[in-house]
Amino acid sequence: MSKISVNGKAQELETSISITELIKLNNVAQPEMVSIQLNGQFVNREDFDSTKVSDGDELDFLYFMGGGQNSYQLIVEGD
Amino acid sequence: MDFTEEQIQRYSRHILLQDVGVEGQEKINNGKVLIVGAGGLGAPIALYLAAAGVGTIGIIDGDVVDLSNLQRQIIHFTPDVNKPKVISAKEKINLINPDVKVITYQKLLTAENALEIIQDYDFIVDGTDNFPVKFLINDACVIAKKPFSHGGILRFDGQTLTYVPGSACYRCLFHSPPPPNAVPTCSQAGVLGAIAGMLGTIQAAEVLKYLTGVGDLLTNRLLTFNAKTMEFRTVHTKHNDNCPVCGNHPTVNGLVDYEQAVCDIESHRKNK
Repeated sequence: MSKISVNGKAQELETSISITELIKLNNVAQPEMVSIQLNGQFVNREDFDSTKVSDGDELDFLYFMGGGQNSYQLIVEGD
Repeated sequence: MDFTEEQIQRYSRHILLQDVGVEGQEKINNGKVLIVGAGGLGAPIALYLAAAGVGTIGIIDGDVVDLSNLQRQIIHFTPDVNKPKVISAKEKINLINPDVKVITYQKLLTAENALEIIQDYDFIVDGTDNFPVKFLINDACVIAKKPFSHGGILRFDGQTLTYVPGSACYRCLFHSPPPPNAVPTCSQAGVLGAIAGMLGTIQAAEVLKYLTGVGDLLTNRLLTFNAKTMEFRTVHTKHNDNCPVCGNHPTVNGLVDYEQAVCDIESHRKNK
């Protein structure tokens, strides 16, 4: 069991998983729309599969957001 | 510059502020700020910067006012429907504060004109609605070493960061624009009108802080908020060595017009 935080909120993981799996677990409908910071460092998208999340890790999921006029749906789920 | 009696009265609440004072107000009056987009974000940004007395405000937007804009684009009024947004915005700015010199660009910011347009300004504000232009503003400002404020809103959420040369840029966080066809449907997500005001006024405050040198800018931080919970969160970021425009081995050395999602372009057409 490992305890991590995602966007400041605690999460518990039963097993060691990759960032790709963590994105799935968090129901991010469009993974291509999220940037990930792991302990303050950006993770290259190519490394999402190979990067494992460990106990104590702090992750930030940053989403694309449009703007003033005709913002369209980019992220779904969750909030 | 010497303030007239009327200006001292107009700007008295700034002048009274210990950190701003006459000197800070002078800096505001000498400031030149370009607002890209006269929409949901551009509206409050332009109104507050005009009221604050920013000396020169440039506004670039190629659109005309649509009825559906009025729910949040508070610089445009009902009789302005079908009027070019930059004209409508200029009229309101001058009604609030005739001191402000307004320069309008009734066109889109493009890879071709971006560097030329931004060179005349001290600070650029991103009030745009689409990713190609957001990345264009970022790249142009990084290349021209101009500070800018990024703003994005969606549904009940907002995000903003401020860039100054050397700090984390938008691409440090978001490597490249989302794929044009990543959006599954064209259904617009919508946005709570007041969110535009919440975010736009934060951006306007950043501009005034930059011009006066007061406080700590929102650099190396991404501020996000959700209006449903009214939770604000600051994510600390730093310059990304792998950033394609300001990293150690930049691959973006010039400006490009990224392709907007086809369905999005069509939805824009429908809106017109």
